[in-house]
Amino acid sequence: MANPDFAGREYPATAPYAVGREKIREFASAVGALDPAHHDIVVARGLGYPDLVAPPTFAVVVAQRAEAQYVQDPEAGIDFSRVVHADEKFVHHRPIVAGDELVTVLHVDSVTERAGIAMVTTRCEVAAPAADGEPEPVATVISSLVVRGEAS
Amino acid sequence: MPRPVLAELSVGDVVATGAVELDRARLVRYAGASGDFNPIHWDESFATEVGLPGVIAHGMLTMGSVVGVVTGWAGDPGAVVAYQTRFTKPVPVPVRGAAVVEVTATVGAIDADAGTARIDLTVTHEGAKVLGRSQATVRL
Repeated sequence: MANPDFAGREYPATAPYAVGREKIREFASAVGALDPAHHDIVVARGLGYPDLVAPPTFAVVVAQRAEAQYVQDPEAGIDFSRVVHADEKFVHHRPIVAGDELVTVLHVDSVTERAGIAMVTTRCEVAAPAADGEPEPVATVISSLVVRGEAS
Repeated sequence: MPRPVLAELSVGDVVATGAVELDRARLVRYAGASGDFNPIHWDESFATEVGLPGVIAHGMLTMGSVVGVVTGWAGDPGAVVAYQTRFTKPVPVPVRGAAVVEVTATVGAIDADAGTARIDLTVTHEGAKVLGRSQATVRL
């Protein structure tokens, strides 16, 4: 069962994820996002972006890599064959664009259990390191998973 | 196309509707693009062994696909400053053909000070809601 000791845990920042143009195009095509701002750099720049702009749920690519530190840790006690995705929330402090280098700090906000069903909520704070030191907040991604117990 | 104007919107306005077709090829494509290789999204026998009716769509694929009606309406995909949903019901995807997911986008709230509109998405498959409390906040 999900280990309650992980609640409140904060992980060190991940290695940078380099957001590539072709990754944005690939992800946009996979979700059927045909908006030219994901595909055509002239259109993206016309809207004021420095490069191709990512679709609204693109941050999940970065967040799920960070969440793996927790959900794939055997000590966390999360049986992935019993996991159901319950909730997802994105807050964009600014749009993600191609060329971004993103680092993520993963927080385990809560681990609760009731009637043999565990719910875990994680929060990824995604930021772009700046030359002057202080990282620029880019996105917050909150994800809740339900883990069904053996009996249910 | 001119972008929508906040002052011209009213709560309850339907701003966009659409339908998304999800087939097995799309699931494989999304798995590769997103890095989510959970076998419940591509392996029929694994899915049924864990108690599902069969292969189901990634909730994140449904979430990521239906918001296209909002970004298309807004005219700028970077204008979505927040987006959340609850996954209330899985979307089974047949071996052949496609599962059709229908979406209606309605103005749920307007924040004139912030310059944003909350767009509520009603997302159904075969008449049943598959996403709940699905809300995109759009800066206009």
